[in-house]
Amino acid sequence: MRLTLAWREALWAFVFLAIPLAFFLYFRILPAFQALWLSLYEWHADPSQRRFVGLEHYARLLEDPVLRRALFNTLLYTLLGIPSQIALGLVIALLLQRVPFGRDFFRAIYFAPYVTPAVAVAWVWSWMLSPHFGLVNELLALLGIPPQPFLQSPSQALPTVTWVVVWQNLGFQVVLFLAGLESIPRQYYEAARIDGAEGWRLFRHITWPLLNPVLVFSVVIGTIGYLQLFTQVVNLNFTDQGGPLNSTLTLALYIYQLAFLRFQLGYAATVTVLLFALILLITLVQLKLLTRRVEL
Amino acid sequence: MAQGVTITYWQYEFRSKVEAINELIRRFEAQNPGIKVVHQTFPYDAFQQKVAAAIPAGQGPDVVNLYYGWAPTWVKAGYLVPLPDDWMRRLDQDFVAMAQAAKVGGKLYGVPTAVRSLALFYNKDLFRQAGIAGPPKTWEEFIAVGQKLTVKQGGRFTQIGYGIAPDGQDHHLVREVLVRQFGGKPYSDDGKRVLYQGEAGLKALSFYTDWVRKHEIGIPGFFPGNNGYRDGFIAGRIAMIIDGSFAIGTIQQGARFNWGVAELPLERPGGRKANFGSFWMHGLTPLATGPKREAALRFLAFITSEETQRYWLEKVGELPASKNLIRDPKLSLHPIYGPFVLSLAYAKATPFVDEAAQRKVMVDAINRVLLQGMDPAQSLRLAAEEEQKILDQFWR
Repeated sequence: MRLTLAWREALWAFVFLAIPLAFFLYFRILPAFQALWLSLYEWHADPSQRRFVGLEHYARLLEDPVLRRALFNTLLYTLLGIPSQIALGLVIALLLQRVPFGRDFFRAIYFAPYVTPAVAVAWVWSWMLSPHFGLVNELLALLGIPPQPFLQSPSQALPTVTWVVVWQNLGFQVVLFLAGLESIPRQYYEAARIDGAEGWRLFRHITWPLLNPVLVFSVVIGTIGYLQLFTQVVNLNFTDQGGPLNSTLTLALYIYQLAFLRFQLGYAATVTVLLFALILLITLVQLKLLTRRVEL
Repeated sequence: MAQGVTITYWQYEFRSKVEAINELIRRFEAQNPGIKVVHQTFPYDAFQQKVAAAIPAGQGPDVVNLYYGWAPTWVKAGYLVPLPDDWMRRLDQDFVAMAQAAKVGGKLYGVPTAVRSLALFYNKDLFRQAGIAGPPKTWEEFIAVGQKLTVKQGGRFTQIGYGIAPDGQDHHLVREVLVRQFGGKPYSDDGKRVLYQGEAGLKALSFYTDWVRKHEIGIPGFFPGNNGYRDGFIAGRIAMIIDGSFAIGTIQQGARFNWGVAELPLERPGGRKANFGSFWMHGLTPLATGPKREAALRFLAFITSEETQRYWLEKVGELPASKNLIRDPKLSLHPIYGPFVLSLAYAKATPFVDEAAQRKVMVDAINRVLLQGMDPAQSLRLAAEEEQKILDQFWR
């Protein structure tokens, strides 16, 4: 049988795609299903001694106060972090776009935190936020505000961690928005100006709708990142991870603690199933609600 | 000995320990030509994670180094196998009392090379400047010294008397030291019941949290970061800390002032002594089967021998686990090791079954009082309930 050129090209493409696909299936998809299976067993190093417990771990999910706290915190991180990150990222990108020179320099400065190791970031911020020696409290004192405990306070720790994460992600967000802004054709603005539109109206009717794809991408990817928040939380309070008093605990950190500090891998797998379902659900809802077809 | 057996030893990365084990392996292999020992190390944070994944995959260690408090969870999940009966006799006869904590459900799962206890580190220069003659012998003196050495300007401290660290060693201090000094017991003798919710426990938690709330001799998180209390001491901004013998090396390297070590203060002169002892031990995993098991046991005997313990003290600076060796007056009169060694005679290791969770229970009990202003009695009741659940879950 002779294949047409198009068929042959397609076949080759599939051959090349098969390798990453196999990799993806084996290292990503398969373990996800294994976790589902694992969640039905009590963990034991010897597979033959793993006891089937059915839905026992799922029942435990319902009455685990620490899990509830981790879930609540995780959602709160997302709700605080995503809007802050998007709003600040957009404002900075719009400002940078107006900078006539040295744009790359500023871009590099904003991007630097994103490529700084989380451990270093956590270390520097925990000093800056120290109630006794920190720069932030020094500045607050100038404004007549008494020293704040920040990371050491059960009520302030979560917003403080969120701030550090936002600060770290901001550079990436700015670069995304800058790319999005550059891709909007100049002619639209020129045409609108001829029609007498200025300032806010240009933003509202041209920039904002045309940034939608970047916005959707940012929200979806950012949300997944916040739902999996781990590294910064661990490093900002290393000897009481997720503390004080579980106030910064996330689902990902709780999973880690259950699995690798307490060797309860069966129950940990159950929490991963919950996290997986949560991410899937939120992502689908976001894609449905946020995606707009734009016609000018 | 069978020909060509290779066994694997795992520990976390700590330079002096890694170097010591390398040297010990060299000596062991010279004495046992048929056996080869592969030494693998991992960063501390990743250590349990590696063990958790590697052993089920059949790729892990035959002999593994672990914190004694992890043993019950590891045993329950099938990561350790019991040592032969003659090892039990050896442990009972030759090792300090706290090493009994290596037993889980009446079986022995590991043996230590070295052990640790707590003591008071104090900054001699700050003491001298304030005209304080020596380390405090009672908690009353301790508070008085602490107040003298605390400097507060406006709302912020620039120097503190005591490095409060609930998530450092202080949760041990409350649970094992203060509760016992005040005449109580943190747990029942079989370790299955929480007892610290009683009068002595309440007195211990109230007394400890008053150091911050009433006497203001310190503040948690004075220096940020892991082990900030130790960093603050090394920086000369904290006059006293309670820390383990494992901290000696770091403090020796870092501190640029005269410092000393003293046994923990007592409730009153001649009062009851108590200390928290702990250790890392070497255990046998289910991967050590057949000829590997024999080789692994031989290696285990070698790295826990008195000779090794002597070498370990010299090289790593950790106290020997043998009763015999700690009786050596050269050690008990040593200005730095001495107070720790003297404490070993009465130090007790908490019978953890789920160390990570139980540690958190006590850290949270303290933090609820310090950070949220909860009544100590209520906080302690919550802690006891929570911890009893963990114990029941394990022993059911």
